[in-house]
Amino acid sequence: MAKTIDLFQVADEELEARSRFTCRIKTCASTACLSAGAGPVRTALEQAVAAAHAGHDIEVVPTGCMGLCSKGPLVRAEPRGASPTLFEQVTAEGGRAIAETFTGQRSEPDVTVLDESIPFFTQQRRVVLKSAGKINPDRLEDYVAEGGYRAVLTALTEMTPQEVIEVIRDSGLRGRGGAGYPTATKLGLLADAQGETKYVVANGDEGDPGAYMDRTIMEDDPHRVLEGIILAAYATGASQAYIYVRAEYPSAIERLERAIRDARRHGLLGRNILDNSFRLDVAVRIGAGAFVCGEETALMASIEGKRGTPSIRPPYPTERGLWGAPTMINNVETLANLPEIIAGGADAFASVGTGSSKGTKVFALAGKLQHTGLIEVPMGITLRTIVYDIGGGIPNGRSFKAAQTGGPSGGCIPAAHLDTPVDYESLRALGSMMGSGGLIVMDDTVSMPEVAKFFMEFCMDESCGKCVPCRAGTVQLHELLGKICDGKATRADLQLLESLSWTVRDTSLCGLGQTAPNPVFSTLHYFRNEYLDLVAGGR
Amino acid sequence: MANRRARPNGLNVTIDGVEMSAVEGESVLDVARRAGAAIPTLCYLDGLSVHGGCRVCLVEVDGEHAPRLACSTPVTDEMEVRTATEAITEHRRIVVELLFAEGNHICAVCVSNGSCELQDLASEVGMDHVRFPYQYPDRAADASHPKYVFDPQRCILCTRCVRACAEIEGAHVWDVAARGADSYLVTELNLPWGEAPSCTWCGKCVTVCPTGALAFKGRAIGEMEHDTDLVGFLARARTEGEWEGRS
Amino acid sequence: MSAPQTSPPAAPGSPNGAGHPSGDERFALLDKTIRRARFAQDQLIELLHTAQDIFGHLSDDVLIYLARQLRLPPSRVYGVATFYQLFTFEARGSHSCTVCTGTACFVKGADDIVRTVSDTYAVPPGQTTDDGLLTLATARCVGSCGLAPVVVVDGVVHSHQSSESTLEAVRAVAEQAQAVEAEG
Repeated sequence: MAKTIDLFQVADEELEARSRFTCRIKTCASTACLSAGAGPVRTALEQAVAAAHAGHDIEVVPTGCMGLCSKGPLVRAEPRGASPTLFEQVTAEGGRAIAETFTGQRSEPDVTVLDESIPFFTQQRRVVLKSAGKINPDRLEDYVAEGGYRAVLTALTEMTPQEVIEVIRDSGLRGRGGAGYPTATKLGLLADAQGETKYVVANGDEGDPGAYMDRTIMEDDPHRVLEGIILAAYATGASQAYIYVRAEYPSAIERLERAIRDARRHGLLGRNILDNSFRLDVAVRIGAGAFVCGEETALMASIEGKRGTPSIRPPYPTERGLWGAPTMINNVETLANLPEIIAGGADAFASVGTGSSKGTKVFALAGKLQHTGLIEVPMGITLRTIVYDIGGGIPNGRSFKAAQTGGPSGGCIPAAHLDTPVDYESLRALGSMMGSGGLIVMDDTVSMPEVAKFFMEFCMDESCGKCVPCRAGTVQLHELLGKICDGKATRADLQLLESLSWTVRDTSLCGLGQTAPNPVFSTLHYFRNEYLDLVAGGR
Repeated sequence: MANRRARPNGLNVTIDGVEMSAVEGESVLDVARRAGAAIPTLCYLDGLSVHGGCRVCLVEVDGEHAPRLACSTPVTDEMEVRTATEAITEHRRIVVELLFAEGNHICAVCVSNGSCELQDLASEVGMDHVRFPYQYPDRAADASHPKYVFDPQRCILCTRCVRACAEIEGAHVWDVAARGADSYLVTELNLPWGEAPSCTWCGKCVTVCPTGALAFKGRAIGEMEHDTDLVGFLARARTEGEWEGRS
Repeated sequence: MSAPQTSPPAAPGSPNGAGHPSGDERFALLDKTIRRARFAQDQLIELLHTAQDIFGHLSDDVLIYLARQLRLPPSRVYGVATFYQLFTFEARGSHSCTVCTGTACFVKGADDIVRTVSDTYAVPPGQTTDDGLLTLATARCVGSCGLAPVVVVDGVVHSHQSSESTLEAVRAVAEQAQAVEAEG
């Protein structure tokens, strides 16, 4: 039997323990920084602290992503009563130097300091990533000290499930996985569904090339994801939840599994959660390399141990989902918003964003920019601010050509629309979409037909093969685009490209096929001349 | 199965301008067929679960921005359906062209020439030529079974055989392997069909095949005829308990 | 009509005898995981992962074994295993070079890197050299887009790569292997 955690006591003890250190040195242990060599940096920090017998005064904390991945490995020193310093591109040698500075063995480390007053940091607004990069994701106590699991306590002791849904409705939260379906409506559908067993599924099968928002959330703050799942399950009466994670994210899987074990041990999962009559179990399910499994019916097939092929709807998952039972699938980022909404209130959440798009959105900023990494920005921010302020503009004296959002399902946005606010409707009006949050910036060296071909190749490779337009249509679209890029196409080919694109869009079974032609439509719309220059006869 | 004894709600549905009464639980295809509308199908087969992969039964439904599948869309009251608009016909034609370009469908040398649903559909949608380059896949026929032969060059991956074998015969000899354009049918662990111990030689997979991909051995060009009503008959007999006397 | 089943199907009963007739100990290891999964058919993908970790790749023998233990049709197991990209059916080379071809890496020239390694070692992407030395693979985003282009050589991530630096990294592990071989 798990011993129920006293959230307030644990938080107090944790904060008290932290205050005993004269300096806390945080070292990023997220995948991007680890790839850049953060492992040896952490070892060097720990060894230097141990060598100086400073373990009582200095704490080395492995944390999640600090955001500016292109400058990794990042290390942040937070001395008590003084302002913190963020160090970039730290080596093992540099790590030792940083530690020695705070043990008083040297005056200043020879490591480049990253100015945290640059727009990359100041223009962000962190809700979902509130604790990412600040806490040790492997410690439940760290999350609790940040106010974690208070939302669950409030919901279970002071609110009815219906009230939880109402607060979420008032917050205006919409799905962060792409289409922007109102979250409260979805919760309501599952709550109203009849069935002894109901399932909540967290979709962590992030597969857009160039996107790693969900991975970061799961890796850096797994308890926030769990808390969101508990809230969603309580609101809907679900007793079992699954987190479906790509197998390509081993570290996220490991941390989630540890978080589930710890939560269970502390009475936050299992029977009688926080001594209330609510029960919930959570299990991690692992994908095996199939982008289409991000589609909810395919995802459910995969959880059932089957080929990840989508099924026709209706019936919708909230009617008949996993093993025929009512099921709700939410994106990881959507769920990670719930604790803040319940704890901080709907109004505070809705005060950020635009009329129809509330809150913040996490983007993986990549491509031809000075600063690339993971950012969380208020909805409604302009693309220009993201590209030129947060991203620091285009390097190497080149100029901005287009930004691709929504990955292979989205579209590109040209320079003329840089002042568009980033929200669901505005992006859709431009022929792109919010998507899950990949944002790739391209400079003037990039050929747009090549970009369209790249995304079509992706869709062709990832098509499950169940329906004809997607299976055979993407092959033909890819071939046509190849012909165009090679300069061997005619006007008739261009026409065929367009009419086949319409058929694939209108007749494919699932979102993958229906959106596969989007990059073609979008590049044709904004950069038609590039196509015309490539086909026989020219413009 | 809907409970047939309960009095289902009557629904009014308009198919190509013809007013029809329908019952809850019926699909657009059910009602359209009663109305005499010729909606083509390839993967759909009476008696098998609905697959929804071939996309040729798409129809236009008032108020929907994209076409809907007739085989899987339940009718609703006051629904208006158009089964053969210009856009729908063009979509169907492109889908058929894609199928022809994807495999090696050479009617002149096919056992099913003259009794092939794909061939019929091609003439129905007026496919006089294929606008897309043929992919000429390199797929070898499997003639290892003593009674039947499988020629994947003519397979359109409709999975009727997979479903007939798993759902009606209960053997699950067939399944789809790989994915996307690389998808192919396998018997057991990609064994030659003749060596698959779970095959009961019942031949249901052969009878349901819409093309010449599955055929009885020894049939010459144009000699293969399929009996696609068989599984529907068996399924009905089973679910209605026809051979046990109705209760 | 029977009540619809709304939970994972129960284990289909006792397994068909533990262990593999060959006596290969690795099957005992796999059996342990199968038992922990309670022979549940919906755990097939997890078990395929485990089997691949144990055996390095999924042979017909292993697939048949899983089908028997979970009481699944072999064609279904084959269909599932071949659907997912991470499962391999042939032994891999002793070294591997995986080039990320996600969007961020594509924009920064990952294609050139693939072409260079492929040409230099005469191995098409997704395959292993004839001598079994190197497997060249591509990945659809390893999620380190800030470090693009990214190449993973024998599990070590190399960031901001060019064709030259990648070749150097591959050469380093491959030549090290040959040197060890020569000594041994």
